[in-house]
Amino acid sequence: MKLPAHRGPASALLFEILGQDDLSPDLQGLNEAATLALPDTDILYDEDLQLCLFALYELHYAGFDEVSDRWEWHPGLLAFRARLEAAFESRLREAVGSIPKVPGTAEEIAMELFELANSSEGPSVADFVSRHASIEQVQQFLIQKSIYQLKEADPHTWAIPRLTGRGKSALVEIQFDEYGSGRPGKMHSELFAQTMAGLGLDTGFGAYINAIPAITLASVNMMSLFGLHRRLRGAIAGHLAIYEMTSSIPSSRYARGLRRLGFGTEVTEYFDEHVEADAVHEQIAGRDLAGGLIEADPQLGPAVFFGARAVCFMDELLGRWQMDAWDQGRSSLRAGELSR
Amino acid sequence: MSASEPEASIVVCPRGPLLVRGDFEILDAAGQPVPRTRGTVALCRCGASAIKPYCDGSHKLNGFEKNS
Repeated sequence: MKLPAHRGPASALLFEILGQDDLSPDLQGLNEAATLALPDTDILYDEDLQLCLFALYELHYAGFDEVSDRWEWHPGLLAFRARLEAAFESRLREAVGSIPKVPGTAEEIAMELFELANSSEGPSVADFVSRHASIEQVQQFLIQKSIYQLKEADPHTWAIPRLTGRGKSALVEIQFDEYGSGRPGKMHSELFAQTMAGLGLDTGFGAYINAIPAITLASVNMMSLFGLHRRLRGAIAGHLAIYEMTSSIPSSRYARGLRRLGFGTEVTEYFDEHVEADAVHEQIAGRDLAGGLIEADPQLGPAVFFGARAVCFMDELLGRWQMDAWDQGRSSLRAGELSR
Repeated sequence: MSASEPEASIVVCPRGPLLVRGDFEILDAAGQPVPRTRGTVALCRCGASAIKPYCDGSHKLNGFEKNS
C-alpha cells in the first residue's frame, strides 16, 4: 500500500521520515509531538497517534510502496512505537480493570470465556445489517472491516513460535483453516476480498486507509500489540478466543443482510464460511488454546483474560461508533475520505 | 498418529457441539458423502443449527444444556 495521508503533526513527520532512504534521521520532532499529544488525548480516538501506530506496525507486515524495508527494525522508530504502545496498553488496562481470579481447568476457562463473549453489550451492527442497512452502509461496514480482514489471522500468527504443547497445536489448527486449509483462493482474507469486489469495492490492502477512523485502527493495532510482544502471548490467545466466540451468529446475520440486498453466494461466501468455521474455532480456541495455555502455565491466566476483556471493550466502542453514525444519518467513515 | 491411538476422536463440548478430529467420513442416510471443506468439524448436538449436520453456534441462543 501507499503511505496514508497524515492526520496531524506526528504522522506528518513520521511519513516524511519514512519517505527518506537516510536511516539516521533526527527523531526529536517525533518524540516532541508524542510528548505534546499524549497527556491530553484519549489515544483510542486519536487519529494522529493511531495512524502512527498502524504505520509502524505495518512495517512488520507488508510494508509500504516506496518505503525502505530497513525501517522495520530502526531503533529510533521502535522507541517511538514503544512510547505509543505504553500509553495504548495502559488505556486498555484501565478500561478492562482488574481481572477476577482465573479458573484452573481448560473446561472452566472455556466456559468463562463463553460467558464473557455472551455478556458483551453495545449496539449490534450485525442485527442492523441483517434487517435495515442500505448498500452504502454495507459498503462502509466492509471498508471498516477491510483494514483487518484483508490480512485476517496474520496478527495471531505472530504467537505461534511463542507457544508450546496443546495451545500451540490448537492455534496452528485454527490458523491453517483461516488460511484456507491449503486450498488456493480460499484464505479467509481472499474470501473477504471476493465479498468486497461483489460490492464494487477496491480489494487492495489499505486502499481505503484514509477513510478508516482511529477507533477502527485502534482495534487492529491492539491485535498487533498483543501479537508482536511475547509477554502478551496470553492476551493474543484470549483475543482470538473471544473473536471466534462472537463470530458465527453475527456472520449468519451479515450473510442474511447481503442476501436481503440481492447478493448471491459469491458475495455471501465469506460470511457463510465463518458461520461454520468459527463454530469449530470457538471450541478449539476456548478449550485447547486459551484453556490449554493456562493449564500449562497458570501465570498466563490474567494475560489471557486481559486480551479477552480488551476485545469485548473495543468491539463495543467500534459497534457504537458505527451505529451512532448511522443513527445520525452520516457515514461511519472519515468525512470526505472515501475516494483515494 | 501412532498405531495405538484411534484414527478419529470426538470431543463432547459441554453446552455445545461434538468436535470431531482425525480420519473419518460423514455420510447422509443414502450413504452419500456430506460436503465438507475442513478437517476438524463441529457437529450439531442441540438440534437448532441451520447448517446441520454442522454446528452454527445456535446452542448459545437456545440455552442448550444450560441447567445441566
